[in-house]
Amino acid sequence: MDSQAIATSPEHTPSVEHAHPPYLRHHFETVEQQREASSFGMWLFLLTEIMFFGGMFAAYLIYRNWYYPAFVAGSHQLSIVLGTINTAVLIGSSFTMAMAVYSAETRNRKALITYLLLTITLGLVFLGIKSDEYHEKWEKHHVPGLNFSVHDFVNVNPAYPDDKPLPLDMAEKTQVYFSLYFAMTGMHALHMIIGISILIILVIKAYGGSYTDGHVSTIENFGLYWHFVDIVWIFLFPLLYLISRHQ
Amino acid sequence: MSTASTIVKLPPQEGATLPKKSYLNSEYGLKSWLLTGDHKRIAILYLISITFMFFVGGAMAGLIRLELLTPQSDLMATDTYNKVFSMHGIVMVFLFLVPSVPATIGNFLIPIMIGAKDLAFPKINLLSWYLYLAGAAFTIAAMVLGGVDTGWTFTTPLSTHYLNTHVVTAGLGIFIAGFSSIFTGLNFIVTIHRMRAPGMTWFRLPLFIWSHYAASILMVLGTPVLAISLVLVILERTIGIGIFDPTKGGDPLLFQHLFWFYSHPAVYIMILPGMGVISEVISTFSRKRVFGYTAVAFSSVAIAVFGFFVWEHHMFIMGVSNYSALVFSLLTMLVAVPTAIKIFNWSATLYKGSITFETPMLYAFGFLGLVTIGGMTGVFLGSMGMDIHLTETYFIVAHFHFVMVGGMLMAYLSGIHFWWPKMTGRMYPEQVSKLAALTTFIGFILTFFPQFILGYLGMPRRYAAYPPEFQVLNVLSTAGATVLGIGYLLPMLYMTWSLKYGKIAGANPWQATGLEWQIQSPPLTENFLETPIVDHEAYDYEWLANKTQHEVQTVG
Ligand SMILES: [Cu+2]
Repeated sequence: MDSQAIATSPEHTPSVEHAHPPYLRHHFETVEQQREASSFGMWLFLLTEIMFFGGMFAAYLIYRNWYYPAFVAGSHQLSIVLGTINTAVLIGSSFTMAMAVYSAETRNRKALITYLLLTITLGLVFLGIKSDEYHEKWEKHHVPGLNFSVHDFVNVNPAYPDDKPLPLDMAEKTQVYFSLYFAMTGMHALHMIIGISILIILVIKAYGGSYTDGHVSTIENFGLYWHFVDIVWIFLFPLLYLISRHQ
Repeated sequence: MSTASTIVKLPPQEGATLPKKSYLNSEYGLKSWLLTGDHKRIAILYLISITFMFFVGGAMAGLIRLELLTPQSDLMATDTYNKVFSMHGIVMVFLFLVPSVPATIGNFLIPIMIGAKDLAFPKINLLSWYLYLAGAAFTIAAMVLGGVDTGWTFTTPLSTHYLNTHVVTAGLGIFIAGFSSIFTGLNFIVTIHRMRAPGMTWFRLPLFIWSHYAASILMVLGTPVLAISLVLVILERTIGIGIFDPTKGGDPLLFQHLFWFYSHPAVYIMILPGMGVISEVISTFSRKRVFGYTAVAFSSVAIAVFGFFVWEHHMFIMGVSNYSALVFSLLTMLVAVPTAIKIFNWSATLYKGSITFETPMLYAFGFLGLVTIGGMTGVFLGSMGMDIHLTETYFIVAHFHFVMVGGMLMAYLSGIHFWWPKMTGRMYPEQVSKLAALTTFIGFILTFFPQFILGYLGMPRRYAAYPPEFQVLNVLSTAGATVLGIGYLLPMLYMTWSLKYGKIAGANPWQATGLEWQIQSPPLTENFLETPIVDHEAYDYEWLANKTQHEVQTVG
């Protein structure tokens, strides 16, 4: 439903002399202007996303300073293997996404669809591994509010026999660590789910021939979103899994 | 560039006719409105919805004032009173003041003022309106289902632990409405950067655009922080994570830091677009270029930047460190500087201008006076020692109502009157609207001035009952609120009346210089028949007077 197109001046009827490409919306003067506007809009949106995650990163910074031993003990409960695999999977998906943008730019529809589907697959693998990790947290009673016990933190962690068990009041604070863990990775996973849903729409439209007709800004902008979600994880992984590993 | 005023004769309106074709009649039917991409139609949709929400919030205000007529809590139970003032705050802040000028007047005018056909993203603009509706629906649902009694601030741990009201529903409503505001801001920024007509350089932009640009920065950077703090509150209520929960090691104060990180800048999201309106109105009715154009433009940006570094002044009594309070107290004083720059420059614009007193100008004078009082009392509250005595009393209630209602609502009404001829093609009735402006001003002073005294004497806010010695001032305040209510009801009535019976306005009834006044009223859907080329500065009345012929673009 494009009311812009309907609402042209009376004399103006779309004609051959106005050889506008069909994807040029009527309120823009040129394709260049339209492309610049949409990529600028996307960067601004990513800025709002940075502020959105920024609130949680600020909370992380504060609580890590306050409850350092609890954060160490908490991060010792995460699986570094799964975290590393997931990081690799996500970087791989950023690569396939970049290839999808490249395929759209070179007007290669088959490659575009293949790379989009690969990106979806890698995104789903990431979510699968993440939900396995969540499941493990549930079994180990590390979910604050719903299913939490300090048991693992007031006793010696067999994987890290050098760690001293925490005193009870500090062990309680691991709930803040896990609250942040679930809020941050949960928000990240939600962004992945939204991304995958959009990818599915993009694949369907790409089948219909969109994006390989020279109008690549949708794919480019989605690429920016996908890389952004990837970068959030690139920060989450060291903060939650790595930096407390060796004291 | 002359700074002297130019005598401008207003055009005769008897000869004016309504254009045959405009954005209002280019398409018909509900669907053509609900699925429109036209920024002007979306502005009208917003205008209708925020007016509705304003009267919802206003009804709550009426109930509050009625309850406070007597010292006992006799009209409603105390917990009902809590719900009523919470809903008043939530509706007025998030569903009226934040979108008031930007989503209506801004939406309508920004593309036209910069010579564009539409905002950069018409579909996102429409999406913003639907998000606003969804947010409003959740908020009203929270009210109908039994209310929420956290106050508009959702303070933890009250909101997370101690209340069994509909905090989650209301929180979701604000979360969704927040995204409406983010998308509006994003749309404005991209539009102002990328859609300006040839020759429309940054320093030829009307100051209305500058102030919206600054407010948009705040919307885009601040609102996501509100969103995440509400998400964390909701997660804490529903599944019990512990980021703000002291029993799990969380800090309730962190919520306030996040909340006020948005909600102080939100004050500027609300007031900056209003300041943009005032710049246009004062220049037009003094027939002078705004004095110190560059200073006024940059003061908007300065307010936006400083606005992000003062949030802790809302928390001086909440147990923050004395040293940080000292720093924030100083920074708060700093925000007064760009605000004062604006006030002084507007006054200098008036000086030796050929001032006329049309209704928008009356509202603008109301704005100047009331916002100055509101701003000065803000400096009292920003200084730590005073704040400890005055915060959480009616002094602070009076202070922010002077800024928000005395300032912003006056600016909003000024803008609505000023651009009404452009939006509808018809004039509002001048005499009765002057009466309304006067009623609003008197009603306002009567309502909120006594509250300064009440607060100074120590009457706390947010209580349904108070000691009997405060009754006289409270009765005065309630009487004022009644007058104020009439002052707001009047414009709604005569504006609706003028849609059919108002005098036909013509393209430029005020002889103003903005691009929006050089096209027909109401404008065409595509605003300009051909892209305008701008070769003069904003507020150039000589250019306007020297234009031998006012070639007005009209079709048909
Ligand atoms: Cu503030």
